[in-house]
Amino acid sequence: MIRVTNLVKRFGELTAVDNISFEVHRGEIFAFLGPNGAGKTTTIKMLTTLLKPTSGSLELDGLDPTVNRDEVRKRFGVVFQDPSLDQDLTAWENMEIHGVLYGVPRKERRERATSLLQLFELWERRDALVKTFSGGMRRRLEIARGLLHTPKVLFLDEPTLGLDPQSRNQMWTHVKSLNETDQVTVFLTTHYMDEADRVAQRIAIIDHGRVVAIGSSAELKERTSTQSLEDAFLALTGTTIRDESASSADSMRQIARMWRR
Amino acid sequence: MTVIYILWLREVKKYLRSRTQIIASLGSPIMYLGVLGFGLGPIFRKAGEGSYLQFMAPGVIGMTILFTSMFSGIALLWDRQFGFLKETLVAPVPRLWIMIGRTLGGATVAIIQALLIFVCCFIAGFRPVSFVVLPLALLFMALIAIVFAALGTVIGSSLKDMQGFQLVMNFLVMPIFFLSGALYPLTNLPKVLALLTRLDPLTYGVDGVRSVLIGVTHFGITADAVVLAGVAILLLSAGAWRFSKIEI
Repeated sequence: MIRVTNLVKRFGELTAVDNISFEVHRGEIFAFLGPNGAGKTTTIKMLTTLLKPTSGSLELDGLDPTVNRDEVRKRFGVVFQDPSLDQDLTAWENMEIHGVLYGVPRKERRERATSLLQLFELWERRDALVKTFSGGMRRRLEIARGLLHTPKVLFLDEPTLGLDPQSRNQMWTHVKSLNETDQVTVFLTTHYMDEADRVAQRIAIIDHGRVVAIGSSAELKERTSTQSLEDAFLALTGTTIRDESASSADSMRQIARMWRR
Repeated sequence: MTVIYILWLREVKKYLRSRTQIIASLGSPIMYLGVLGFGLGPIFRKAGEGSYLQFMAPGVIGMTILFTSMFSGIALLWDRQFGFLKETLVAPVPRLWIMIGRTLGGATVAIIQALLIFVCCFIAGFRPVSFVVLPLALLFMALIAIVFAALGTVIGSSLKDMQGFQLVMNFLVMPIFFLSGALYPLTNLPKVLALLTRLDPLTYGVDGVRSVLIGVTHFGITADAVVLAGVAILLLSAGAWRFSKIEI
């Protein structure tokens, strides 16, 4: 479904993604694990046509995101690390706009929006403004919205960041069942090892822009002779803390957090 | 077309829902109108220029459009990181449509805002030469709104973080307002100031609105319209280009 070959992305001096290659199979849940600044988000941005790679090739459902941009865009749904809902609109309006942007015909748009909102348990609140939603509800709405145009791949970039265990649990249950019933390929990144362990069929561990290991959770544990995925992760990436220098996005994120309270 | 329409509708809906914001944004134009309009009125009259309120009301209308439309454009900076814009950037639609929908939405909001100020001016005692000219005034207001919504888009697409925002406010928006002749007549100005005012697109906007509403003009209504339309096309192209280059 996704094939990445010798992918490189440089920002000036900094090499964010350093010659990585991997494949994600159709219908699979694939997790990208890595410390801060490992290149997870950068890879997702390149796959979702928001960034152009410096070199290497990308393929999504047989198409190149740098060439057939709009065709590729129709084939994936994405939930970004930062919220991308319109807070001053209702849940329903957010779904409507998404449907129009993706050219989903009106009748189908309404039907899908209805069933997705019901599935993600947001139907009762469909006419409430998004700014009155809790963090978990917003995340669920973003996922529901990302699925409105029946994509083949769903990208989730740290979707559970800042959610309580209940919301996290509920969210993964939904994602898992969607993956099973609709065969949606899921590509996710997370910091929580237990989540990756629980939902992902295969895991790639990425560090300093390189893939250091790839395989199922059991394989990774076996390879490093460790008991848990967390130990395997630390064995592969080391225990040094990564101090990323703050980017402009980080400083804006801080202001955003201030405003939300 | 539906895409442009729904993005436009989004901007307008959001505006109409934010009642407090509407009232808050009327504050500063009303202050200018009340304090300067009545405060400088007697001197203006002594200088033989007639009613200052009549003179400055079109200027305050221009100012309202300037601020509202510039803000909507610059808000893009915020929107692309934490808001809805990112969602539109991965949608299978040309960025040009997104940019047009957004800019027209911002411009529409600015025009509504300006009409509210027009009503305030009217209550304060401002009287246009006739009400037949209102559609023509609306046309000038729309031109001003598009010019500055597009300029806001250029800036919002180019800035990297919020720090740049203050810079833009102090060194671009405020000078555009003060150099526009919104508050003073353009005749007999010192050479440097006269030159600067001529470089400011808002000058032609305010002059256009003024010539329509009270029949006083410096450049002539046709010249105003031509300059504004030219600048609008230029800035819209620049906005479309900068917008297409946004990487997140």
